[in-house]
Amino acid sequence: MANAFSNLPGRAQFAAAGAGLAVQNRFASDGSKGKVANTLFLALMLLALTVAITAIVAILAWAFVEGRTRLDGDLIFNGPSTVNRATAGYSVAILGTLQIIGGVIALIIPLGAGAALYLEQFADKTKWWNRVIELNIQNLAGVPSIVFGILGLAFFVRGPFSWGLVAAAGSATVALLVLPTVILASREAIKAVPPSILEGSLALGATRWQAVWRQVLPAAAPGMLTGVILAVSRAIGEAAPLLLVGALTFVTFAPNFFDGGYSALPVLIYNYAGRPQEEFQILAAAGVLLMLAVLIVINSFAIWLRARSERSW
Amino acid sequence: MSSSVMSERSSSLRTLRSDNPRYGEKAIFAFLFFTAAVSVAVTTAIVLALFQPLPGFFAEISIVEFFTATEWSPGYARPIYGVWPIVVGTMIVVVTALLVAIPLGLLSAIYLSEYAPNAVRKTIKPVLEILEGIPTVATGLFAFFWLRPFLEYMTPWLPWGGLFSTGVAGIAVGLIIVPLIASVADDAMRSVPRALREGAYALGASRLRVALQVVVPAAFSGIIAAFVLGASRAVGETMIVLLVAGAGSPTLNFNPFEGVQTMTAYIASRATGEIAVGSLVYDTIFAVGALLFLITLAMNMIAIRFVARFREVYE
Repeated sequence: MANAFSNLPGRAQFAAAGAGLAVQNRFASDGSKGKVANTLFLALMLLALTVAITAIVAILAWAFVEGRTRLDGDLIFNGPSTVNRATAGYSVAILGTLQIIGGVIALIIPLGAGAALYLEQFADKTKWWNRVIELNIQNLAGVPSIVFGILGLAFFVRGPFSWGLVAAAGSATVALLVLPTVILASREAIKAVPPSILEGSLALGATRWQAVWRQVLPAAAPGMLTGVILAVSRAIGEAAPLLLVGALTFVTFAPNFFDGGYSALPVLIYNYAGRPQEEFQILAAAGVLLMLAVLIVINSFAIWLRARSERSW
Repeated sequence: MSSSVMSERSSSLRTLRSDNPRYGEKAIFAFLFFTAAVSVAVTTAIVLALFQPLPGFFAEISIVEFFTATEWSPGYARPIYGVWPIVVGTMIVVVTALLVAIPLGLLSAIYLSEYAPNAVRKTIKPVLEILEGIPTVATGLFAFFWLRPFLEYMTPWLPWGGLFSTGVAGIAVGLIIVPLIASVADDAMRSVPRALREGAYALGASRLRVALQVVVPAAFSGIIAAFVLGASRAVGETMIVLLVAGAGSPTLNFNPFEGVQTMTAYIASRATGEIAVGSLVYDTIFAVGALLFLITLAMNMIAIRFVARFREVYE
């Protein structure tokens, strides 16, 4: 190694040789052994990814094999029943989930977009309350879903709102649960719009809100919509908080938003799965397949929309 | 002289200000502030919901018993309120989940960030997102009806007991947090400046060495944040443990081959049972919920700190 630096003056020669040795110790390829290690590591990484992807395929395959005999119209159009086990279905739970999702969308679009616009475009980051809001949203995104169920139980079912065990309580609970992710996704979408767009509009005489409403918001809209769609797909599959706000009730009639019992698709699946009769376990698997099919379509659409809306300015 | 300049300046400032007070804009601003403040109200409501019943609860159950007794049997004939068994249940699930998710997630992240060609990365990331989006009820049912029987069939010499298994619940939870760990760690590694990698390559380092000895150490705080976030998610996971670990025994049990109760599963099963509102048993939901909230809050704060650190260094 020293030979390579022999044209350098004395001390530099030593230094360079030392550095060379250090580098060699740390980095230089170990010949064939190094190549084997590289290949092994690559194989390990690909194995890890394969395991993760196999998990998805395995869940889908299991649900299909287990539930394939019940993939019929009854699954969607028939209500739950403990008597007609072979023809029981999910209609009531699908209606419940649709009502919950309707409420979720109505709440998260204004609240999510408003909070994101406030934090990205209007908030003065040097003020402590704005930093509190930011940190608070980040933390809220990590609160376990079952804790939101407790919140719904204490505030919507009983307490200040006292709606009882109705679909509205489930809807409000799930909306609050997904709200932080909508805000975070919307903020990213707004951040991706270059400030020059806003500044150009302001320079032409637009007021702050006109510039935000007519320039920034349309440019950020596809990204924000992606966030909303992903939140809705999460809301469809969320079961834990709904267990606490009444969705586990075995109802056989279509729900009314503010009155009477309700059910939701993932919760009814859980309910069926816990019953000892084999027909119900098959029905649960068929329900899983139905839910996964809907979610994969929704998620793929969101991912496609995001890829399409990614533009370079 | 100087005072005339001052007055001139202030008068020009006055003309710059709009004559129109724009009440509409102010109303919109107020509305936007309100929407952002909703999240603070939600946090306040969570804290109120969880902590309000606690003084009444701890007036009847000593806090010492809650944190030291090793049996958890509210609602039983002779109830004991020691939270340890369900905390240990949660810990077994979390440790198993991390044993599965850390290698899988980190290796996937290194591949995505350092090895994968752009096209491969663009296909794999959405696929991982779909895994993250699979409802936990589905994963739980799969683990209960297929994974656990399959593992028992493959390893009949292990001491499998009953229908439930805490270890299998942990494996299933581990699978669903892989995408989270992979994506946070991938973000951290991609934010390591190119110059660091190029410097190492220029010194003759192989790809493996650059990945493991330059990029991973440089992104270390972000990678730790990914692990902590994954652990926090595992602590709060409900449906999988409810289905796979069962509602289990209320005594301390470290055996991953049998069922056990976790904090989340306790809350879910207790809240769906028949209990009188306002009773001591009802209040346990809030006591356990408060503990769960504090644990995950601490973990999330740690993760946010670590994420902030790697952002500070390189941006």
